[in-house]
Amino acid sequence: MMQHLLSVVTFLPALAAVVIALLPQGRAALVRWSAFLVAAATFGVSLLLYVRFDARRADYQFVEQVRWMPSYGISYHLGIDGISLLLVLLTTFLTALALLSSWRAVEVRVKEFAVSMLFLETGMLGVFVSLDLFLFYIFWEAMLIPMYLIIGVWGGPDRIYAAVKFILYTLTGSVLMLVAILALYFQHGGVTGTYTFDLPILARYVVPAGIQVWLFLAFALAFAIKVPMFPFHTWLPDAHVEAPTAGSVLLAGVLLKMGTYGFLRFCLPLFPTASLTFVPWIFLLALVGILYGAWVSMVQPDLKKLVAYSSVSHLGFVVLGLFTLTPQGIVGGIIQMVNHGLSTGALFLLVGILYERRHTRLIAEFGGLWQVIPAFSALFLIVSLSSLGLPGLNGFVGEFLILVGTFAWASRLPAAAPLAYVVPGLATLGMIFSAVYLLWMYQRVCFGEITTNANRGLADLTRREWAMLLPVLLFIVWIGVYPRPFTGMTEATAEALIAQVQSKVAVAAAGPTGR
Amino acid sequence: MDAALLPLAPLVVVAGTTVVLILLDLLPPRTSKVHLGVVALVGIVATLVSALFLWGRAGRAFSGVVVLDNFALFFDVVICYAVALVLLLSLDYLRRNGMERGEYYILVLFATLGMLLMAHAADLIVIFLALELMSLSLYVLAGFFQARLTAAESAMKYFLLGAFATGFFVYGIALIYGAAGTTALDRVGAALGSATRDPLLLIGLGLLLVGFGFKISSVPFHMWAPDVYEGAPTSVAALIATGSKAAGFAGLLRVLLSTFRGAQPDWTALLWVLAVLTMTVGNVVAIAQSNLKRMLAYSSIAHVGYMLVGVVAGGPLGAGGVLFYLLVYSFATAGAFGVILLLERGRQEAVNQDDYGGLAARHPVLALTLALFLLSLIGMPPTAGFAGKFYLFGAAVRSGYIWLAVIAVLNSAVAAYYYLRVIVYMYMRDQEGVPTEPAPSFAGRLALGIALWGVFQLGLMPAPVLDLAQAAVAPLLR
Repeated sequence: MMQHLLSVVTFLPALAAVVIALLPQGRAALVRWSAFLVAAATFGVSLLLYVRFDARRADYQFVEQVRWMPSYGISYHLGIDGISLLLVLLTTFLTALALLSSWRAVEVRVKEFAVSMLFLETGMLGVFVSLDLFLFYIFWEAMLIPMYLIIGVWGGPDRIYAAVKFILYTLTGSVLMLVAILALYFQHGGVTGTYTFDLPILARYVVPAGIQVWLFLAFALAFAIKVPMFPFHTWLPDAHVEAPTAGSVLLAGVLLKMGTYGFLRFCLPLFPTASLTFVPWIFLLALVGILYGAWVSMVQPDLKKLVAYSSVSHLGFVVLGLFTLTPQGIVGGIIQMVNHGLSTGALFLLVGILYERRHTRLIAEFGGLWQVIPAFSALFLIVSLSSLGLPGLNGFVGEFLILVGTFAWASRLPAAAPLAYVVPGLATLGMIFSAVYLLWMYQRVCFGEITTNANRGLADLTRREWAMLLPVLLFIVWIGVYPRPFTGMTEATAEALIAQVQSKVAVAAAGPTGR
Repeated sequence: MDAALLPLAPLVVVAGTTVVLILLDLLPPRTSKVHLGVVALVGIVATLVSALFLWGRAGRAFSGVVVLDNFALFFDVVICYAVALVLLLSLDYLRRNGMERGEYYILVLFATLGMLLMAHAADLIVIFLALELMSLSLYVLAGFFQARLTAAESAMKYFLLGAFATGFFVYGIALIYGAAGTTALDRVGAALGSATRDPLLLIGLGLLLVGFGFKISSVPFHMWAPDVYEGAPTSVAALIATGSKAAGFAGLLRVLLSTFRGAQPDWTALLWVLAVLTMTVGNVVAIAQSNLKRMLAYSSIAHVGYMLVGVVAGGPLGAGGVLFYLLVYSFATAGAFGVILLLERGRQEAVNQDDYGGLAARHPVLALTLALFLLSLIGMPPTAGFAGKFYLFGAAVRSGYIWLAVIAVLNSAVAAYYYLRVIVYMYMRDQEGVPTEPAPSFAGRLALGIALWGVFQLGLMPAPVLDLAQAAVAPLLR
């Protein structure tokens, strides 16, 4: 089993989903428990990955490679490094919590829901562990279907519109990436004679600069839609608001990370020259996303929509960090992916808890909740503070590292130096805005007088809700106080990635065709 | 069997079965004709086995006008699979619609014979013969539910437009004969290669393309498809969408890739345009359809466009990709038609989107089956549709037709919209009024099971069949 640890983690949920699908209809409790226990077990097994991961090594670990379609250079190739390890753990962790959150929220077609969630988990994990572009693309696309069903079947009143918009947006981006994958495959095969979809082999090849630009754009479009970066973000508020709580948690917690992960795993190592060329544009879009997302969040009347737009803002930070190509920026970006998954996931859980009690998410409907449900309000406060980056909680660590990385990037630019400091300056401004909209939201919901009588009889957190929030809180504080066990996992990989990018850029600059 | 006839084994088996059916039809019982369907099915399975058995053999018969090679055998397999699924689906469908007649099975087998002959034809006259044998049988089958008004429209439209296209086809043959002095495909190819190329040859080829374009329903010769699919019995619509399309491609590929390879630059540019038009028109118009049979008709037009991308790309990867895609597409399309055919709402066939509201809640397995066929038609991994598109578009990229590949993948994204809409109805809406119920047909479910197996087998393990498809086009590309 130890040689196949990654396969076990990845496919355990899918196998369980098949079994659960065969369970008799109408046994909701049995289905809920078995789905949750499977997800919990998957998280347990994935912890083994963390324990056995060698943080000093920058290469892929737990590698599995089996010939699949050898004549086309396609293999079943799995492996993780410092970039994917934390994301795998985040996925298994959040899926278990999401299943726990749906205990009361999902009352119809419980079995189908559990099956979709578990298939989704396999799809998400597959994206993070695939080291073969063909395999990666299969997971990348296949994962859309369960998410589409989760939004469309168990979502809110406008769920069908949101589900269709979600899938069409992401599909359009990813089909162009498919063409780029094929072009890369034939380009590499034509030059080297080795036709392969294997990522480690392709990553060694320096694509001619003229082709790189196009391939980068095709990949970047797919990832930018997924992140989502401004102006490709319009699917996100709809999908988040209409999705059930569990769907929103995974959408924000994991799916968005696939975009940033894709930039890091594919765009930077495969097309380094083009990536560097486009850095100004990416920074521009990231900054617009940070500020625009924050401003739009401020005026949202709906709690879920507010959190959704805040994701646009926070993910802008992540992209900013990754493309500084500094160790601090990349490590900060990876940590911030995890942080955003935890904080925003928890925010969605909390909003879901409110919604289950009041069947509304409008901020105006609440007020003075601290007097009625103090435990809920306390947790809500901690999570909000974590999301806005209060020192001592997890959000600060990521954002701080990203800002350090941005400053380091700006200080290294020779000519336009004063202008470059605008980037970290504006990003810092974004942090201030996030404090504004989150605190203002919190104030309107929890402080002041009780404005609506319906809120007087609200019940505080149940034991199940404590059980799903406490683990998140634990990590929020842990990463905030002592981030070393998390950042330490990513540093070696981040530095190796930077070295790889720089050497490939140098090779490309030295000669017209590299090899 | 005579050794000279051995290359023709698949054709002989089908022809023999047809004769047996004609005789059996005269015998009692008169009330039930299921046994005819079973015999036909046995014949088709025997044909399939004989084709698999002959794999790798090559030969010619009847003075070389009928050929046996891997290319023909691959099409034999595709066509037999499609016909077998259609027969399984028909067994109980005919009875439910009160049209259980022996002619049905006899005509299906005659059409099959025409399709197989098309794959084996090495002479323009034989191609014409095969085309007519197939088409005439299908004209009758399209109007088989004579009591329905749409059936008459369907058959009439199919016949008139089909006859018109055949006219073009014959005229094309005449011109080619005039220029080359022969109708044998290899000698036409040789005439094309000679120094003084007669422009009549290319005009003739253009007219042949009209004929083939009609059979495979490529734009602008696609107008008949939606009306015919809508009015024809659903099983026949499935046959037209899969078997006859495969036969059309068999003839088209042999003529283009083998005989007219010398004129490749001339027809590639033309087909590039046709491919773009076909997939775009098919997909865009499909969005506006609320009748599932019409939607599948337009979607099948779009799929022809994807396959034309493979023809344009050429080479073993492109042409092999077309063969592979035909198999993939046949499984999914026959399966989708199969689910429609099993479902009834208030004594009527469930062909409208509304009929599918809330189907997943009441019939989860059937809804999931249809959903998987539709996902394969979209090209979602890990279904076969993804593998098929992957290789087709990969061939286009390799041959340098990047823009064609980009247009094709964007088209697939557009197509996702209308396929997913059916899934929206099944999973995300509720049904109002009379519920839609499936017929309790074992044979129908068996057919769906086989098609579903195909969709996943070819999706997860496409390489072996793709290798066979590439081996099949090798004799053409030599």
